[in-house]
Amino acid sequence: MQMTRRDLFALAAGLAAAGLISLPADASTDAVEAAIKEFAGGMPETGGVEIGAPEIAENGNTVPIEVFADGATSIMLLAAGNPNPGVGTFHFTEMCAESRASTRIRLAKTQDVVAVAKMADGSTKMARREVKVTIGGCGG
Amino acid sequence: MAKIKPRVKVPKKAKAGEAIVIKTLISHPMESGQRKDSKTGKLIPRKIINKFVATYNGKEAFSMDLLPAIAANPYIEFSVKLSESGTMRFEWTDDDGSVYDIENKITVA
Repeated sequence: MQMTRRDLFALAAGLAAAGLISLPADASTDAVEAAIKEFAGGMPETGGVEIGAPEIAENGNTVPIEVFADGATSIMLLAAGNPNPGVGTFHFTEMCAESRASTRIRLAKTQDVVAVAKMADGSTKMARREVKVTIGGCGG
Repeated sequence: MAKIKPRVKVPKKAKAGEAIVIKTLISHPMESGQRKDSKTGKLIPRKIINKFVATYNGKEAFSMDLLPAIAANPYIEFSVKLSESGTMRFEWTDDDGSVYDIENKITVA
């Protein structure tokens, strides 16, 4: 069979697409799980944590994120699709009016943002929320 | 390098027990350690603010650990309930050990 130029392009595009599709199952999934387990001492149940984030972030270099978990003493934030999933941890005290905080984070691509909350009674909770990113942050 | 300047938005007066919102912003490049220099192709070393602490009359009110995924010019917002007048002190700790701070007085009635 003779390869035409058009065939080559189709093949290249196909390979690229396949490569991109296999990417989300990358090594950082393990890193995310490890980070959650280290922070919470096991996999926490889902729910009880709110993540405020834009559905679509045009600029991944600065994405506004708000976290809230009623009664939490600390909330850890992870970006599951970043080269390093860790983002930061908020620590609340009795002086805080509520366990709510906002910041701005970097997202390399469209991905899930994960928030893990440690409650005053020792229990842990988590939430996930997808944020679509049109222009990636993290270097570039 | 741009001068590192902290800015905070804190109400001057508050009612006792009322939730007040504190907004903070510090100008800092938050060099993630993953960016390459466009000329030399070498990695630019990591230099970020890694810790933020807000204390009120010497007692910790709120703190945050920061990692390279925090955007440049870190913005942090949180809320507090106060029962007495005093001074809120904000401290940002840099990777190189420098500490940037600012203080604000709040009158609680």
